[in-house]
Amino acid sequence: MSVVISNKEGAHDPEGETILRDLVHRSGFGDVKSIRAGKSLRIDVEAPDGKTAETLVRKMCDDLRIYNPAAHSLLVEAGRQPA
Amino acid sequence: MKVAVVRFPGSNCDLDAVASMREIAGLSPELVWHESDQLSRYDAVVLPGGFSFGDYLRAGAIAARSPAMSTIKRMAEHGTPVLGVCNGFQILVEAGLLPGALLRNSSLKFVCDWVHVRVDSRRTPFTLLAREGQVLRMPIAHGEGRYYAPQEQMKELERSNRVVFRYTDEKGAVLEGANPTGTSRNIAGISNEQGNVVGLMPHPERASNPLLSPSGSADGRMIFASLLEGAN
Repeated sequence: MSVVISNKEGAHDPEGETILRDLVHRSGFGDVKSIRAGKSLRIDVEAPDGKTAETLVRKMCDDLRIYNPAAHSLLVEAGRQPA
Repeated sequence: MKVAVVRFPGSNCDLDAVASMREIAGLSPELVWHESDQLSRYDAVVLPGGFSFGDYLRAGAIAARSPAMSTIKRMAEHGTPVLGVCNGFQILVEAGLLPGALLRNSSLKFVCDWVHVRVDSRRTPFTLLAREGQVLRMPIAHGEGRYYAPQEQMKELERSNRVVFRYTDEKGAVLEGANPTGTSRNIAGISNEQGNVVGLMPHPERASNPLLSPSGSADGRMIFASLLEGAN
């Protein structure tokens, strides 16, 4: 499973803004309109199917507060198999 | 009054916190390991600054799930004074004892500087001895201190007088130029609803002894002295 934690739209994201302004726009990629930085976790789960794995990972993220719901949004997706 | 200074792997302001409180007759600070089951014996708790668990995942996120924090949550519910300084503030937020989040500074830099902080609430056990609108000179040293809360929560904090410290100029004026980290509404510290749990980014323990403070400031001492005042 792949989990991506990023700042909510309302929370200013200085890392993403710096990448956009000082790297992407400065290097001529003017068509890029926004970049949000985040943290990605790749999680290997023992589960019968993808849906069960997703439910388990979501519960874990909520229970352990892997993200801070005040400021972050969470994206949980079936990801690539770990190498 | 017995005060527990909770030590996590990576805490580094623990000894300074103990030394600052030892100078106040009547306060008995002791270091307590985060796995200890003896915490409930203490009258107050200080979570010191540092980089608990290497700031992995997010500053304070792992310490927030440590055994000490379950006990501290219960103690806080019963009114025990709890102070979180810098990483201690981050831990309180991550543990849900204080609302909101401490995000990366706007500058993306670790900011290490002496700043002015105005006391905006005197109804906490850590600000009882402050004068109305008193401005304290204390240092900050952190990379993640930009306080953020959703708009509604922010309004509620202001309405209920829970913003305890705000960055200002030396005269106490809230200015953009006096905001070192891009923190919302110049917030440097907040309290819970009851007022007994307080978190702040500046370091009172580094501004408690004029001989050890480059600016000669001992303004942070008021925060620890208030704790004793409240107990008496």
